Amino acid sequence: QARGIQTHPPKPEHGAKYISQCIDEIKQELKQDNIAVKANAVCKLTYLQMLGYDISWAAFNIIEVMSASKFTFKRVGYLAASQSFHEGTDVIMLTTNQIRKDLSSPSQYDTGVALTGLSCFVTPDLARDLANDIMTLMSHTKPYIRKKAVLIMYKVFLKYPESLRPAFPRLKEKLEDPDPGVQSAAVNVICELARRNPKNYLSLAPLFFKLMTSSTNNWVLIKIIKLFGALTPLEPRLGKKLIEPLTNLIHRLSVAVLISLSSGMPNHSASIQVLTWLWPLSAVKYLGLLAMSKILKTHPKSVQSHKDLILQCLDDKDESIRLRALDLLYGMVSKKNLMEIVKKLMTHVDKAEGTTYRDELLTKIIDICSQSNYQYITNFEWYISILVELTRLEGTRHGHLIAAQMLDVAIRVKAIRKFAVSQMSALLDSAHLLASSTQRNGICEVLYAAAWICGEFSEHLQEPHHTLEAMLRPKVTTLPGHIQAVYVQNVVKLYANILQQKEQAGEAEGAQAVTQLMVDRLPQFVQSADLEVQERASCILQLVKHIQKLQAKDVPVAEEVSALFAGELNPVAPKAQKKVPVPEGLDLDAWINEPLSDSESEDERPRAVFHEEEQRRPKHRPSEADEEELARRREARKQEQANNPFYIKSSPSPQKRYQDTPGVEHIPVVQIDLSVPLKVPGLPMSDQYVKLEEERRHRQKLEKDKRRKKRKEKEKKGKRRHSSLPTESDEDIAPAQQVDIVTEEMPENALPSDEDDKDPNDPYRALDIDLDKPLADSEKLPIQKHRNAETSKSPEKDVPVVEKKSKKPKKKEKKHKEKERDKEKKKQKEKKVKLVPRKHKKEKEERTKGKKKSKKQPLGSEEAAGEPVQNGAPEEEPLPPESSYSLLAENSYVKMTCDIRGSLQEDSQVTVAIVLENRSSSILKGMELSVLDSLNARMARPQGSSVHDGVPVPFQLPPGVSNEAQYVFTIQSIVMAQKLKGTLSFIAKNDEGATHEKLDFRLHFSCSSYLTTTPCYSDAFAKLLESGDLSMSSVKVDGIRMSFQNLLAKICFHHHFSVVERVDSCASMYSRSIQGHHVCLLVKKGENSVSVDGKCSDSTLLSNLLEEMKATLAKC
Amino acid sequence: MIQAILVFNNHGKPRLVRFYQRFPEEIQQQIVRETFHLVLKRDDNICNFLEGGSLIGGSDYKLIYRHYATLYFVFCVDSSESELGILDLIQVFVETLDKCFENVCELDLIFHMDKVHYILQEVVMGGMVLETNMNEIVAQIEAQNRLEKSELLAWGL
Repeated sequence: QARGIQTHPPKPEHGAKYISQCIDEIKQELKQDNIAVKANAVCKLTYLQMLGYDISWAAFNIIEVMSASKFTFKRVGYLAASQSFHEGTDVIMLTTNQIRKDLSSPSQYDTGVALTGLSCFVTPDLARDLANDIMTLMSHTKPYIRKKAVLIMYKVFLKYPESLRPAFPRLKEKLEDPDPGVQSAAVNVICELARRNPKNYLSLAPLFFKLMTSSTNNWVLIKIIKLFGALTPLEPRLGKKLIEPLTNLIHRLSVAVLISLSSGMPNHSASIQVLTWLWPLSAVKYLGLLAMSKILKTHPKSVQSHKDLILQCLDDKDESIRLRALDLLYGMVSKKNLMEIVKKLMTHVDKAEGTTYRDELLTKIIDICSQSNYQYITNFEWYISILVELTRLEGTRHGHLIAAQMLDVAIRVKAIRKFAVSQMSALLDSAHLLASSTQRNGICEVLYAAAWICGEFSEHLQEPHHTLEAMLRPKVTTLPGHIQAVYVQNVVKLYANILQQKEQAGEAEGAQAVTQLMVDRLPQFVQSADLEVQERASCILQLVKHIQKLQAKDVPVAEEVSALFAGELNPVAPKAQKKVPVPEGLDLDAWINEPLSDSESEDERPRAVFHEEEQRRPKHRPSEADEEELARRREARKQEQANNPFYIKSSPSPQKRYQDTPGVEHIPVVQIDLSVPLKVPGLPMSDQYVKLEEERRHRQKLEKDKRRKKRKEKEKKGKRRHSSLPTESDEDIAPAQQVDIVTEEMPENALPSDEDDKDPNDPYRALDIDLDKPLADSEKLPIQKHRNAETSKSPEKDVPVVEKKSKKPKKKEKKHKEKERDKEKKKQKEKKVKLVPRKHKKEKEERTKGKKKSKKQPLGSEEAAGEPVQNGAPEEEPLPPESSYSLLAENSYVKMTCDIRGSLQEDSQVTVAIVLENRSSSILKGMELSVLDSLNARMARPQGSSVHDGVPVPFQLPPGVSNEAQYVFTIQSIVMAQKLKGTLSFIAKNDEGATHEKLDFRLHFSCSSYLTTTPCYSDAFAKLLESGDLSMSSVKVDGIRMSFQNLLAKICFHHHFSVVERVDSCASMYSRSIQGHHVCLLVKKGENSVSVDGKCSDSTLLSNLLEEMKATLAKC
Repeated sequence: MIQAILVFNNHGKPRLVRFYQRFPEEIQQQIVRETFHLVLKRDDNICNFLEGGSLIGGSDYKLIYRHYATLYFVFCVDSSESELGILDLIQVFVETLDKCFENVCELDLIFHMDKVHYILQEVVMGGMVLETNMNEIVAQIEAQNRLEKSELLAWGL
């Protein structure tokens, strides 16, 4: 027993059986009352967790051990928790109070262990609830606690960004703490914060400057230098100031220099010399390369001179160093050295062992060449040949990358197409690519590009017939489906091209032979397992067969067939779609057509709207009508294009211009002679280009020199001073061919913003908070009190006081930023105009919490009554915060609020959302809801349970917490309002024991709750009223002072209507019941009264509704 | 921020696994295995930094490791940490272990896994470096050990 606390670790060598035996043993131990035994078991679990076993099942036992009074056991519990708890652990919220207790424990080690544990499993809820406790610990007497508290604040900020502003002053204070450990922790936290949003921390620079000159702690120095690395780009003056203290540091410790470099300081070129001295040490070499890449961004020239050194690093045996060097090369290329660098890289590709490094090389080559829109490529033929060479790599994962490049270059550089097509046809012809087709994303992906390029630009093909045959080989069917699909599509393009050539040359037989070839070979694709391939192939096969028939009758068909593929494709920028500005007055969320319920009309409708007339014609037409047939096929092709992902990407299809088919004289007539040997594909040709390019450049230079001489002579004559230096700079190198890089299309007046580049889910964005503004009252950290959980749990109640126009105050889950902004707005509004009745905080709380109060009391009863009139701006009168949740029942333990919504999906069903809030200090467990069904309304219960059984609430409620449960009720007749009686029973458990408690409530289903907000257009609305099968009723309410705008908003909100049209003080409104009754309203505002005329397909429903509405209006 | 601290032996058996970012257990094991294979390939005389572990984070993350006799100590960190700083920290951690266990060896790590964690908790907290001064760390560990002893005596064990 004495050894109980010592772990006897199970050895995994003993196999799974041993482990399961161990777990059984642990389970036994966990059941015992002895805390020492339990702790020992939990300790063993921690060990098992390390070996990869899930221990989440023991979460509750871990919490038990965490709450042990002895430090020894507590520590074990917290360790296990820190290893296994995470945001998804459901029992984690049970720890809140335990952690709070430990944080305020008199023993510093209890506090310490709680802080350490919390740092590993802090959740947004824990962060919110404990932020204030941790804040106080930041000024604890013991430095041991202070430093931990400071450090954990960073985690709290991440999970609960609102805490940053209130906590920041104290954090700043800690930078000057007498204890070096606390100081270091504070520096650490601020560095992490500043790294993401440096601009907010510029004001701290002087403080850090002081620290840097005074501190002796290397760790702190490193962090501060890193911080300055982030700050200097924003404040260039800092850089100059830093040189002196940094040089001092150089004398003190040479290593710090390197670290400073690697943190991206703008440094003078002398520092690079320092780097090169220290080359031999591999670690230093690595850091040196890292530092250089940082310098490269600011001073590219000074690094470029070390190109050879960096190229040497590519030969290093250390992969880390090689990868770093590769990174550097990316930034170092220029027009002048691109070919040389890529050539060097290509030799490495050949040598490289291991696919990861080779793949890395491959992507880097492509990155380097394609960077900033192919800025550095002067000769695209060279680039294409590089790409072709890369296809010889076996087993790479980046086939699709090469393919994408090929496509991009061929589409965007018009001058290169001819060359590209010849290379691609060679690729199609070579067998080695087909062989690797088993591998996903493998090199066979380039065939996708090759096939497409050969098809689309088939007019450039030397031997189209040969390429056609290559594409129709039986082996092609082993390729992945999406590639085959492209093959099939492009075979037709090629075919169209050949057909035209043949017909122009008057070779009717040749043309028929090609058609026959197609008819023979296409069936292999028709049998494909891939749906896309099969569909395209069978469609095309039919087309070709039809052409064959026409050919047999000697009808010229080439024109029509090639018309299928007329038109030019323009590249579209990937973001173009997103950047199209929304035209004024277009609301994308509004219904175009009112959604119809009956399925028949739904089927009919879209067809009428979206399809052309052709669809309505009988499908099988006599085949003599060639023109129409072709027109129909063209249509079909258009549709197919729309379905083809590739076309969507590269053509703005709706505006696609149809050009005339190219004239006869443009088409080269090529004799097809199959005995001629083909070009051997894939020979390394890029080297030739390098040589050619050099020669070309040389020639160019000579010419230029000549010209320059002439100019000089001229200048001499004119006695002008000349300034041009005779050195060859980048700009002097003219591209080899007339390169016309087609810029990608962007929509007109596209917004130039780059906002969409930012990831909206970045957790650090929430921490981008201005820290220099003074704190507002609203930003105080939540201090533990009763019901504090509620304010954030039910966001409906968080609605800002100032509500905009008719928008419903029912916005769930706001982003933090928005909240922040709203708060600001609120503040400003309150300060500027005292239009909003100024309320004390308490009152506001009362208002938001006890919603029913503000609903039942006439609004005018408070000081609010007179205000709007005084201001004389009734239109602007703000609407008080609304909540659709109304009080159901409450007692000292629990408060129930509920909201009833009709569901659109299911007829005759309503969803009742009940929010349960624990007001006591005990845990509420075993909650059960039992409702007495009526004839008309029944609760949907889990299968197998009887009418008298209660339905369990799927959660427990720790003190102060609230949560929402949803239940579905089936209603038979909805024309009447009704009430259901129900009881909530639960067990309240606290330290003294558990008691059974009950709470009765009455669920009130009003007629309004059966309505669902449905938008309606005025013409449909008019039709509905004209139809005459609606019964009518009306009410009138006097003494209404509220503005019409707010009145309508109230009706919309409480009775689920939507405004159809509004003219002055008259509005028509519409809603629909869950059973499909139409309800139309005409609301008119007189001097002090409002009249509501209603029309509805059910008169009882209407009169009940109007009664309810009257009650609401009476409160206005 | 430090994302993970892994200690494993020359055969890849984990001896200490500490993640500061949530990963399910099987992924954790996968990361340990992958890291082991990455590190094993490397000679002792080449640099201690390594990029490209695909499982934790992206390009912003690095592995910084040291090899001692039978054990590898690997820290996975993001770019806010200094490479040499972390190398130094590994040394501090190992020296602290050495002091606390008196000539630490692999067996100590197996039999006192919890203690190793407690020591680590005094060095790194929630992925942030807490203390780099070895004397301070050892002092805190010893104080906690004394507290534990007195508690166990009172408990009658």
